[in-house]
Amino acid sequence: MSLQVENLRVYYQTLRGDVKALDGATFTIEDREIMGLAGESGCGKTTLGHSLIRLTAPLRYVEGRVILDGAELPIADMARMDEFRMKRISIIPQYAMNALNPTRKIGTMTQELIRSRRMEAETSPEELRRRLDLVRLPHDVLNMYPIELSGGMKQRMVMVLSTLLNPSLLIADEITSALDVATQKAVAEMLVEFRDRGIVKSMIVITHDVSILYQVADSILVMYAGQLAEKASTETIIRSPRHPYTKMLVSSLPTVGVRYAEHKLAGIPGTTPLLLDPPQGCRFRDRCPVAFRKCVEVPPFLELAKGHWVACWKEFGSHA
Amino acid sequence: MKTAKGSEFLFFALRNPKLRVGLTVVLFFLGLSLIGPLLTHNAPFDYVNPAGADPPSSEYWFGTTTFGQDVFAQFVEGLRATFLVGWIGGGLGTLIGVIVGFTAGYRGGLVDEALNMLTNIVLVIPTLAVLLIITAYLEVRGVLIESIFIGLTAWPWTARAIRAQTFSLRSREFVDLARLSGMKSSKIVFTEIAPNMMSYLLLAFILQFGGATLIAATLDFIGLGPTTGISLGLMMNNAVLWGALYLGMWWWFVPPGLAITTIVGALYVTNVGLDEVFNPKLREM
Amino acid sequence: MLRLDGVSKVYKVGTFGGKELRAVRDVTFDVKDGEVVSLIGESGSGKTTIGKMILRLLSVASGTISIDGVDISTFKGEALKEFYRKVQGVFQDPFSSFNPIFKADKMFQVLREEFYPDMEGRDWDKKVDDSLKCVGLNPDHVLHKFPHQLSGGQLQRFLISRACLLEINLLVADEIISMLDASTRIDVLNLLADLKSGGLSILFITHDLSLAYYISERAIILQRGRVVEMGSSEKVFQNPLHPYTRMLMASVPRLDKRWEGVEQQLGHGAQPSEMAGGPAGGDTPGGEPELVEAEPDHFVAIAG
Repeated sequence: MSLQVENLRVYYQTLRGDVKALDGATFTIEDREIMGLAGESGCGKTTLGHSLIRLTAPLRYVEGRVILDGAELPIADMARMDEFRMKRISIIPQYAMNALNPTRKIGTMTQELIRSRRMEAETSPEELRRRLDLVRLPHDVLNMYPIELSGGMKQRMVMVLSTLLNPSLLIADEITSALDVATQKAVAEMLVEFRDRGIVKSMIVITHDVSILYQVADSILVMYAGQLAEKASTETIIRSPRHPYTKMLVSSLPTVGVRYAEHKLAGIPGTTPLLLDPPQGCRFRDRCPVAFRKCVEVPPFLELAKGHWVACWKEFGSHA
Repeated sequence: MKTAKGSEFLFFALRNPKLRVGLTVVLFFLGLSLIGPLLTHNAPFDYVNPAGADPPSSEYWFGTTTFGQDVFAQFVEGLRATFLVGWIGGGLGTLIGVIVGFTAGYRGGLVDEALNMLTNIVLVIPTLAVLLIITAYLEVRGVLIESIFIGLTAWPWTARAIRAQTFSLRSREFVDLARLSGMKSSKIVFTEIAPNMMSYLLLAFILQFGGATLIAATLDFIGLGPTTGISLGLMMNNAVLWGALYLGMWWWFVPPGLAITTIVGALYVTNVGLDEVFNPKLREM
Repeated sequence: MLRLDGVSKVYKVGTFGGKELRAVRDVTFDVKDGEVVSLIGESGSGKTTIGKMILRLLSVASGTISIDGVDISTFKGEALKEFYRKVQGVFQDPFSSFNPIFKADKMFQVLREEFYPDMEGRDWDKKVDDSLKCVGLNPDHVLHKFPHQLSGGQLQRFLISRACLLEINLLVADEIISMLDASTRIDVLNLLADLKSGGLSILFITHDLSLAYYISERAIILQRGRVVEMGSSEKVFQNPLHPYTRMLMASVPRLDKRWEGVEQQLGHGAQPSEMAGGPAGGDTPGGEPELVEAEPDHFVAIAG
């Protein structure tokens, strides 16, 4: 699988004008790559995830192309995207596990889903059972109501449903946020297993929790205020980031082993800009310790080292 | 207590078309009910037209009934009765509903269970049957009795809504914080919770007002209304009783019917408009 | 300064309250002056219930909670107000902690009416200014604004400034940063640590082990309403003894080690065995567990 996103711009329509939630995203994802999409609230990661598969009001497509496995995705056309949804690209939306119809048995709901998407041919009962085994859910779960399942079980069920047709690309939006620490680990590891077994080829894992990404993602794309900041291998992002925002973000994260008395962490002063009328150029400029006059122009997302993209004028200086 | 949001409300309120239209209609009829009787020197039950039923003319704006009574005079007097029922019946219903709902929501536990049971009982009482029994015993009934009866039976829906709202407000953390600030329970209720519910109370009252008006008109129409006085529903009752439909005396039943429909409809539209004003999420883009 | 002795909380559930739900069972621990203690547990562990009981927002079913040796359940009226001069709380959702129709600083007005009714206007303004600065807020930026005009981080600091204003001894912080952005979280956490060096005791309630490790000197691990391990943070985190604690340590995502590395370090037996949890408050087979001192300042619950 291969994914190319070129200059994607998607705005959010509101009474007071367009919120520039995603303003120029260009990146690629390779075959078998699990890419983490990280950033704080309002950075545009959920907008990006949703734009790839379900671009509907109040989101508004402005410009850009998305090419999946060589074919251009008609992301602005909800009807034409139907061909691709669940089959080529799929999503586990945030709060999906809470959206299970409480009056339907899991099995009934699954059957309805399969029928509505006309997938009967591709999904035999044996295949469904095999998937349940994969996520270590008992077959009996099909006879239960959602309320009888724990959070972790529901999340795993949703994972099964979203990947039933072996999509090339799976988008997982904050699927570990509301879970207990042990279940979080199980679900995160299960994502990797889906990729390892070839059920999905590549993944975009959207989360604000960078430490989960450190555990399961091959690469991390960091976003800030609707713009891309940095993309590199997980190890690079955590150990040797180059974008000032990434550096400050990673060094503000407490982790077991770090104590205040020994090593006081620092946060990032200031607040994220409002995207209704965002500042010119690099949107991190007001909080950046190394901002200079060139930063009033939007820095391009350039590959400074193999597999390491950064959008920062300061970093270009040292490279060029 | 003046809050900055008050002026924001006013801004949206004055611009909301539903609110403006609804309120204008209601106020028009209200005005008519107040000054109407002054516009005519005929009393509702006076036999003023020896010719009996006559269509509207310059002398009798709404025509006359079979008995030669001035329909316009009856109409404006009936409007008064209608509004009276709305105020008293609606007001009483709102008051009981608010007290019951709020107490149930705030106290919870056994108090809540008991009040819920009371609400459910009143909800399922067949009001029509009870009314029939009452009419059998009370030979003479006025608009006041009717209003009180309506108020006593229409409150359950308001109680339910207020209870739900109170529940959700009570478990908000700012109530906990108020307790941590040393505030007494009663002070918390009045200064923190009640203002949040102001909009809700207003909406509830408008709904009760409209509901009471409608119920009264219906009761009057089927003959279970007051035995004294005149109301819009009674007018329609009389009209049908005396064959106005067959005899084509449209001026007898159309004005009251139209008025009821318009007033209650306008009240509901006002309600929707107010909801949009109070709840920014509902405002149209 | 704070002591819980055999505290339990039981809820009656089901129709007509037939069944019992034990949210908190026989919890005993203390918080000394100027100490930060973390109360760590996942959902259903009873940690928020304990916090609310300490703040007198919920009643205690059995056991005692005492401040400086005095049982807090005896406080009424004026005594209760005095209690709130010493103990305050901050909760998880900053936006829910403020009444949306009033300005954020109405909170100060209330505190003035209840606690400092006789203070002069100018003295009061200075006091408010000082407590805002104490939490790193600029009074000009945050006064006279509505809650929705301020950020989550600012609102939480606002709430912490109550602690500075009243000059309290103990702050109960219940998941106060879980709804904040990563870059603001650490600032609020650092603020708590600074306040502690000023002498404030803090009971830091959280499910996040990294935060607990960062800020607290002692840690208490709760599982389904019971204390399963407690002691100095160093010992509990570096050498977890109870299977539940070991499981937590093995599952928490870290930034310095991968999960496989942590498992190797902790050894066998740290894997979560069952992911679907049972009902909270279910009784454990065998007798009630007891806390045993495994090493100085490190206690573990052993089934009795």
